Amino acid sequence: MGFAPAFPVLPALLVIPAVGAALVAVLPRRRPEVVKQVAMLFSTATAGIAFWVLGAFETGPGAAAFQFTAHQPWIGDLGIAWNFGVDGISLFLVVLTALLFPIALMAVDPGHDEPSYFAWMLLLEAGVMGVFCVLDLVVFFLCFEVVLVPMYFLIGRWGHNNRTYAATKFFLFTMAGSALMLVGILAVGFLHAGATGDPVTFDLVTIAESQSLATGEARWLFATFALAFAVKVPIVPLHTWLPDAHTEAPTAGSVILAGVLLKLGTYGFLRFGLYLFPEAAHFSAPLFMTLGVVGILYGGVVATMQRDLKRLVAYSSVAHLGFIILGTFALNTEGIEGGLLQMVNHGISTGALFLLVGMIYERRHTRLIDELGGLQRAAPVMAGVFMVVMLSSIGLPGLNGFVGEFLVLVGAFMAHRWWAVVAAAGVVLAALCLLWAYQRVFHGPAEGDNTDMADLNIREGLVLAPLLALIVFLGVYPKPVIERMQPAVDALVAHVERHVPAFDEPVNLRVAQDLPKADDMGDGS
Amino acid sequence: MIFAALAVPTPEVVWWGLIPVIVLSGSALLMLTAASLPWRMPAWLASTWTVAAGIAVVVAVFPMWARIQNDGPLAFLGSAVAVDGSTLFVTATLAVAVVATALLGRAYLEREDLPGVEFYVLLLLSAAGGVVMVSANDLIVLFLGLEVLSIAVYVLAAMHLRRVESQEAAIKYFVLGAFSSAFLLYGIALVYGATGSTSLVRINAHLASTVLVQDAMLLTGFALVLVGFGFKVAAVPFHAWTPDVYQGAPTPVVAWMAAGVKAAAFTALLRTFVLSFGAYSGDWRPAVAVMAGVTVVGGATVAVVQTDVKRMLAYSSIAHGGFILTGVQAADDRGTSAVLVYLGVYTLLAVGSFAVLSAMGGVGDTGHRLDDYRGLARRQPLLAAAFTVLLLGQAGIPFTGGFVAKLGVIAAAVNVGSYAVAAAAMLGAAIAAFVYLRLLVAMYLDDDQAADTHPVVVPVGARMVIGLAAAGVLFVGLVPGPLVDLSRDAIPVLVGG
Repeated sequence: MGFAPAFPVLPALLVIPAVGAALVAVLPRRRPEVVKQVAMLFSTATAGIAFWVLGAFETGPGAAAFQFTAHQPWIGDLGIAWNFGVDGISLFLVVLTALLFPIALMAVDPGHDEPSYFAWMLLLEAGVMGVFCVLDLVVFFLCFEVVLVPMYFLIGRWGHNNRTYAATKFFLFTMAGSALMLVGILAVGFLHAGATGDPVTFDLVTIAESQSLATGEARWLFATFALAFAVKVPIVPLHTWLPDAHTEAPTAGSVILAGVLLKLGTYGFLRFGLYLFPEAAHFSAPLFMTLGVVGILYGGVVATMQRDLKRLVAYSSVAHLGFIILGTFALNTEGIEGGLLQMVNHGISTGALFLLVGMIYERRHTRLIDELGGLQRAAPVMAGVFMVVMLSSIGLPGLNGFVGEFLVLVGAFMAHRWWAVVAAAGVVLAALCLLWAYQRVFHGPAEGDNTDMADLNIREGLVLAPLLALIVFLGVYPKPVIERMQPAVDALVAHVERHVPAFDEPVNLRVAQDLPKADDMGDGS
Repeated sequence: MIFAALAVPTPEVVWWGLIPVIVLSGSALLMLTAASLPWRMPAWLASTWTVAAGIAVVVAVFPMWARIQNDGPLAFLGSAVAVDGSTLFVTATLAVAVVATALLGRAYLEREDLPGVEFYVLLLLSAAGGVVMVSANDLIVLFLGLEVLSIAVYVLAAMHLRRVESQEAAIKYFVLGAFSSAFLLYGIALVYGATGSTSLVRINAHLASTVLVQDAMLLTGFALVLVGFGFKVAAVPFHAWTPDVYQGAPTPVVAWMAAGVKAAAFTALLRTFVLSFGAYSGDWRPAVAVMAGVTVVGGATVAVVQTDVKRMLAYSSIAHGGFILTGVQAADDRGTSAVLVYLGVYTLLAVGSFAVLSAMGGVGDTGHRLDDYRGLARRQPLLAAAFTVLLLGQAGIPFTGGFVAKLGVIAAAVNVGSYAVAAAAMLGAAIAAFVYLRLLVAMYLDDDQAADTHPVVVPVGARMVIGLAAAGVLFVGLVPGPLVDLSRDAIPVLVGG
């Protein structure tokens, strides 16, 4: 294990928002502005610690191990402990979480019941931080599962018209999806203990490095994990909760849902799918790559058809997540790194898109594309910002989306070339749907209330500025991010290759061989 | 002297081992005597007395526990009674349930204008029966305890004189309970016929050392005993009485039925099957495993379509029973300690939840429609918040005691390779989550208030029960270590000869 500082920074990332939530919940509801400031204070403090972690994070080839580790036993009888640690894979998701929460808190006022709203938001932050920081399977499940509750209440109490339905659907889908994962997690722990003769432990690193499970067992267990993550991502046939949840959630809820919560699934695939079950992941890679491509195309096509701006962004998320899955299951450095970058990029640009849509809704009380139009005349700054964010989401070179998408396509191409070819077509669809939406909303003649819509105010500008800066920075100079991710991703890929007997070793060579083998193409469909 | 000639060797009695039974049944008898004197015993005295008796039992358990942990468990009264860790663990649980029920009962009886003392007497007697059950080392003693427990609860279910549903519930409970007792007794008789003893220890020794050429009688006996217990713990398919009885019986009594009766019956089930019939676990485990899976899924599924909150929680308590059976079917130490944790946590969840229902019921104990909970978060934010904690606990959401309990039983099932049962239980939990969500939706998300909402008065006793139960559920969820360790030390063992 790597560097372990005296001050438990990673536990603090969890504890500070949780304490904040408890404090905010008991503040008087008569003073909403105080409540908001206190909540902002706690989430900013969390962000400060996260940025400190980012700064102190060791880079270089040897930095693949988990850093800032901390350990606290919890249920000794079952060997469950709070094991903390970040590596290049989780680092940027932690930072993204820490960044998006203060932004989401600042950007939107809930309108009623402020103390509970901010308490749930902070609790959500604590849970998400837990997912990204803990390295114990059961504790991971705890955090993975507990984020449902705050999100449920956020959608259900502060959402739009059809919120009860959306909140319930969200809760039940994800809860049912992860139900079997608990059985899988427990089975992993007990089978590992049985195979090695060690006392029961759920420590991720111990179990993953020993690879003590039989192939057949591992595949079944991977299936239980994969189901939970696939619902959370969501991967296409299991995605139906997402548009509803996104559409009905309050703006801050959508931002967090898209920016952070969807990453729980993709992160889970990387950390708990590939790392724990390399063979099973390799075995099922064609399936998931296919589903990823289906997601890209399906999300693109359906997004184009949407009349509601928020639903449109939600479906374009489905396409983006398809890219992430495609990259993850390419099982090579380029693909995984691209997927990881894409997770961060999607968090930034979709978060920003939802904020912008929320701002339009606040002004016009509609999200229907038909009822908007010509907004550029009244709100040129907003139009410009929207344009940049949208182009980043499309993956325009020079903005952040390009780097991730490009790497994913390269990785996928090296692993299974035809999937990459089809996925590239999806890029065009994404461009089509967002550009068309932009054209209908901002261009053309303005009518009615659209003529005098207010432009961005200072607060909104401040909220969007860091996101815009990141969009440009990561597009122009992604190296600082990549060099921190690289060691961990390399280590993960090496781990997968080491433990998969049938790994078509020179994935890269196959590109040089010019023709993929026929059976490789057949096994995914 | 003639007496010396007739001196019969009497079995040794370890009096300190009987303190809980003596306190509970002694209080009941004294209270009954005092109440029959020509004065009107004030209600506060009876309820305070009952609470004090419950607390006294909890306090008495501490030195007993220390002694058992140091000197090991002991059996006395000719090995008919044994005191071990599980006895004391569940005794304390029962005493907590008695205290909670008495606190709820006081306000309930006052609100419904019902005569008081008998309620407390029966409650104490029932608890004494429960303690006998969990310290039984012999099937006959176990049956005696079960009958004392049950008969008192039959009468308690009928406590509400003016509600016909209460009478109906009592009759149903009595008839089916009597049936189940008959099953149990017949099963005991067959087991006795096959093994030549009713002592749990001797049955165990016999089964471990003898290969039965013909085991049909023994297995039939097991089956009938299992059916008998199945009725008591409301396992599917022997659960049909539960929703009607829970719906009709006075709500504080339901709290006792859900918490106390279940805890005692499950502990007895552990002692007979896991301990005494352990050598034949290959034969009975599949039956219990199927029962567990069907109970969780069945209870949860039917709970979803209920519109009466009491029925909803009745079915959810059936599902909880299935979870506990999931731990029982593991038939090992891990399973047993998980069951004990679950019983402890479920006691908190049950008394807390039914305390909320008791307050929500209002005068006449009728306000149990889902509609009555609409907008509760606006009218009674604190009550709604506490109920939310309890419901999330029942759903097994992380960082509540409910999760720790479920984790334990699922881990026990997975540990012995019962993946199908574990998977069924988790699916049942996901279905059950919808039940609790419906209540949360009603409390928080339905803004339109029901037209005829009656004001909710939460009496002091109920407040204490709800608050402490919610706090306990959160505490166990955040710091599960102490309870889990305690349950490891409370794993029952067979002692005596």
